[in-house]
Amino acid sequence: MKPLKLDVKSYQELLKQYIVSEDETSLYQAEQFSKMSMQQKISPEEIIDVHIQALKELYPDLPAEIDASLDFLMETMISYGLAYQEFQSLREKQVELQSEISVAASMQQSLLSTTKPNVKGIDIGAISVPANQMNGDYYHFVNDDAGYLGIAIADVIGKGIPAALAMSMIKYSMDSFRETQRNPKTVLENLNRVVERNVDSSMFITMYYGLFNLNTNLLQFSSAGHEPGFYYNASKDEFFDIEGNGLVLGVMNNASYEQYEIQMEKDDIVILLTDGVTECRIGDRFIEREEILEVIKEYIHLPAQEAVESVYKYFEKLQDFHLRDDFTLIFLKKNV
Amino acid sequence: MNLDIKIEEEKDLTYEVFLAGEIDAYTAPKLKDALMPLAEKDNASITVDLNRVNYMDSTGLGVFISILKATKEHNSDLKLVSLQDRVKRLFEITGLDSIILIDSTVQGGN
Repeated sequence: MKPLKLDVKSYQELLKQYIVSEDETSLYQAEQFSKMSMQQKISPEEIIDVHIQALKELYPDLPAEIDASLDFLMETMISYGLAYQEFQSLREKQVELQSEISVAASMQQSLLSTTKPNVKGIDIGAISVPANQMNGDYYHFVNDDAGYLGIAIADVIGKGIPAALAMSMIKYSMDSFRETQRNPKTVLENLNRVVERNVDSSMFITMYYGLFNLNTNLLQFSSAGHEPGFYYNASKDEFFDIEGNGLVLGVMNNASYEQYEIQMEKDDIVILLTDGVTECRIGDRFIEREEILEVIKEYIHLPAQEAVESVYKYFEKLQDFHLRDDFTLIFLKKNV
Repeated sequence: MNLDIKIEEEKDLTYEVFLAGEIDAYTAPKLKDALMPLAEKDNASITVDLNRVNYMDSTGLGVFISILKATKEHNSDLKLVSLQDRVKRLFEITGLDSIILIDSTVQGGN
């Protein structure tokens, strides 16, 4: 086989060869010809044009009707050509967008990065796995000099890029609150107003905010519609749901929040999560909250970071497991 | 999975909407498109029957929040009935049952 060239002459030869022999080889070459044409951005009507020219040279006495029908075909093809051109340019734009999204995703990561603090007496483990490129879950630790540890875990509803942008808004408004405003109830009430003013009506945020007093071991917290976590009481050797009622952020301007307390003792554990954990599915089946707790119990004796990673790995390894939503899990183990 | 939406106009401006299937990121836009024109009518009354909705995620909640906001602006009513337990729990956790009227006397099965 000769190498293909994209000109009338080569096409004419190919066509002639096929008309005479009807062999597979020339059909295959026709396929190659069209692939090369696509690469060279040659439009369908240009190929028809080449076909007409080649045909007329091969058969100069073409009946007038066939001749006219070819012109007709040519006109019909023009809109296909336009659609194809549009497709090409959309494809290029899509590649461009993809790369912009990856840049944005890595920017989000550095904007929202939080350092897991080294706090005496508490072993902290945290994992957050996005279901898509950008994570709509968020956790943040605030460790100040006055002996307090702030813990925030949030889930933006409304997926993708707008959700990710809303996260950055939350983080920066949280950082801007003065120390007198750091009790959980006030934090959520302030954030609620920020979110309500600034996000689209179908978007909202669930959030848990806890403030742990390192001197008294008192954990105060409030919840804005966030998936309840678990509290392990070591003296009773029992797990409890961390209740806490409150409306999600961003729905009602004047929402107010209850504040709750847990007095933490040695070996007590607080487990925080997002609904990506409870919305996991295996095939068609949901993973029940009780099952999640069973898995957590299995790994909870490990150091906190190893424990959260083991829980995620356990789910990841299940057959037919797919992450529908971002998955975030935090363990706070009181070890003194 | 898909979401099936059936709208019945009981009488003038009184609508009953029957949903069947799953409400998630894929079906939520379709639900919003179907409900929004009703919510934007003045003095309308909309009842959404969720008896046959076996799964809803937080995107679904987002749709109901924006529908609720639209009904408030147009002096209309929104009511959700026959919620399955899993779906009902979602409204309870998020505190949305305190601002959206949910009729729990009509409990959903299974």
